[in-house]
Amino acid sequence: MGKVVLVTGVARRLGGRFVRRILREPDVDRVVGVDAVPPGHHLGGAEFVRADIRQPSVAGVLAEHGVDTVVHLDVSGVQLLPGTRASVKETNVIGTMQLLGACQKAPSVRRVVVKSSTNVYGSSSRDPAVFTETTPAKALPGGGFTKDIVEVEEYVRGFARRRPDVAVTMLRFANILGPGADTPLAEYFRLPVLPTVLGYDPRLQFVHEDDVVEVLRLAAGEPRRGTLNAGTFNIAGDGVLLLSQAARRLGRPTLPLLLPAIRWTGTALRTVGVTDFSAEQIRLLTHGRVVETTQMREVLGFEPRYTTAGAFADFARAGGPGLLPPERLAHAVDRIEEVVRHG
Amino acid sequence: MADAKVIPFDDDRSRGAPGRSGPGRTAPDRPARGRAAGGGRRTGGDDGRTGQEERGGTRKPLTAVSGAGSRAGSGSGPGTRREDRGDRGDWDRRIAEGLAFLRRRVTGEYEVDEFGYDADLTDHVLMSMLRPVYEKYFRVEVLGIENIPSEGGALVVANHSGTLPLDALMLQVAVHDHHPAGRALRLLAADLVFMLPVVNELARKAGHTLACAEDAQRLLERGEVVGVMPEGFKGLGKPFSERYKLQRFGRGGFVSTALRAGVPIVPCSIVGAEEIYPMVGDFRTLARLLGIPYFPVTPTFPWLGPLGMVPLPTKWTVQFGEPVPMDDYPPEAVDDPMLMFNLTDQVRETIQHTLYRLLVRRRSVFF
Repeated sequence: MGKVVLVTGVARRLGGRFVRRILREPDVDRVVGVDAVPPGHHLGGAEFVRADIRQPSVAGVLAEHGVDTVVHLDVSGVQLLPGTRASVKETNVIGTMQLLGACQKAPSVRRVVVKSSTNVYGSSSRDPAVFTETTPAKALPGGGFTKDIVEVEEYVRGFARRRPDVAVTMLRFANILGPGADTPLAEYFRLPVLPTVLGYDPRLQFVHEDDVVEVLRLAAGEPRRGTLNAGTFNIAGDGVLLLSQAARRLGRPTLPLLLPAIRWTGTALRTVGVTDFSAEQIRLLTHGRVVETTQMREVLGFEPRYTTAGAFADFARAGGPGLLPPERLAHAVDRIEEVVRHG
Repeated sequence: MADAKVIPFDDDRSRGAPGRSGPGRTAPDRPARGRAAGGGRRTGGDDGRTGQEERGGTRKPLTAVSGAGSRAGSGSGPGTRREDRGDRGDWDRRIAEGLAFLRRRVTGEYEVDEFGYDADLTDHVLMSMLRPVYEKYFRVEVLGIENIPSEGGALVVANHSGTLPLDALMLQVAVHDHHPAGRALRLLAADLVFMLPVVNELARKAGHTLACAEDAQRLLERGEVVGVMPEGFKGLGKPFSERYKLQRFGRGGFVSTALRAGVPIVPCSIVGAEEIYPMVGDFRTLARLLGIPYFPVTPTFPWLGPLGMVPLPTKWTVQFGEPVPMDDYPPEAVDDPMLMFNLTDQVRETIQHTLYRLLVRRRSVFF
């Protein structure tokens, strides 16, 4: 008998892609997609159940379909439909609580995979340069997505203690990028001029959407020989890009602003609905964040196809040229060289 | 406390001999060495090597030193002739290099490591900006650079002084320009550095990182040469009256980090940095208001405003000592506080004695 996988948050791009991918797995029998809103994209034959994970009704779905693998992707910093920050927080925190409560009552559940984020480490000047899975966060903001994710992880750890027979995997993703990424950072990089924090050049790390889907598939399946897919893992592409470097590769000019000015710009941009320029995003763009991925390679046995630079290049290709395309700048330098040599 | 206790080192005598035997006689060769270093700068690669030979020479009796000095002095003749011939080609090469650098910068096609170390920028811009200060202003003399291993990790432990951490930057230039294997020194900096805008950005790009055990360990395990100044602000902001008296070496965390990574500790003594800003007072209240560890008062600062921030042009000496091996201890030795204290003291004493020796040798603060 094959596996029955329940995926939450399928109305999002990533959820949809993951459902379509896991359906192709030979040992997967059925996939049940759950979300509070119907997805705009097709789910490739998966069953869609419209349910709000904030309600106890999700327990019924688990029991009805005899689900044995739960992939919880409905943890996100931005909302699909226009709404308040409070409802995002509720979906993240209360939703996870309800879902895990339902899992605890469902004897059929054998495996739980939760999408987390490297946001749990926070971002400050007093942190070590590279976070490992065991690094405690030095300074966490009092609210926002970071606080949600810290609470979500707390619940997941509690669940893992109460149900030691269930393999629990938490994947802490770095900033997800890809041709169609809809994360706040991707939206930021689509601005024609990038506001940056004056006097700071953060180190950023990206993970490609394809790698995200792939590692989720790896975590949702049986572990391969010599690997272990239960536990907490940082997921990020190799290497690091500085924000200034990323902006140059993207061909978009930067506009360094003082910290108060950038907060004000953020509020203004949020009001007109261009991008979600939240406090924690500003912190990320100030201090940056880099995680270690040794555990991902050696324990989980996952090798990302895209490096940080590769994921970013793929994103940049899809986004179209900026105001200062690097090719044109390189050409200008060549022209200067010509003039200097022969002029 | 232990400052007064003098532990004799065998190698001290041989190395310190030229200085002690006749401070007056070492005098003539000093300017010669300075000239040689200045003249050799045009040919980047050569400079390190000539400097190397000379420095090796200081270990030998005095005649060898002056020999090296005069050799370098006479050597400047052919050097200039070669320069004239290759002038045109040299310029072309420089322009090509500069434009290639510019092209990499505008397109973002360069690499940074996970600490944010931008080797391209450091080699081409940051070091070139510090080099005049290093060579012309402080006229840094480097001794014993060969004590830093050519490959593998090492922890360089140095004294800290001078109100502003110029000594750390000069140490970085010293290793960058003089080490035969062209090693890069990765400095560990205080958290204040990473709180300040612009400063944090430049520090990260120059390869510095936060002074914490995790970062130090990671760098050492990658086989980097890491520089640390365990005195921290206690050493940097000590009053002028306490110059060249080493402060407490923190809790000796650097020893356990080096021991865990199994890399040698290279003690390093820097003479000359103490006098660049003679700190005669400290506005404690103002410092607390600004959130900085001290607010220095020197004979010129803050009285002359920005002009008072110009450091005094002292003559510096940087001496790297014999490496203290750490790989013959078992890993559990890290949990032995007595051993950690002893090793910390040993390193501290070595630096302190070298400082005293260099001070005795020194002819004047400014020459």
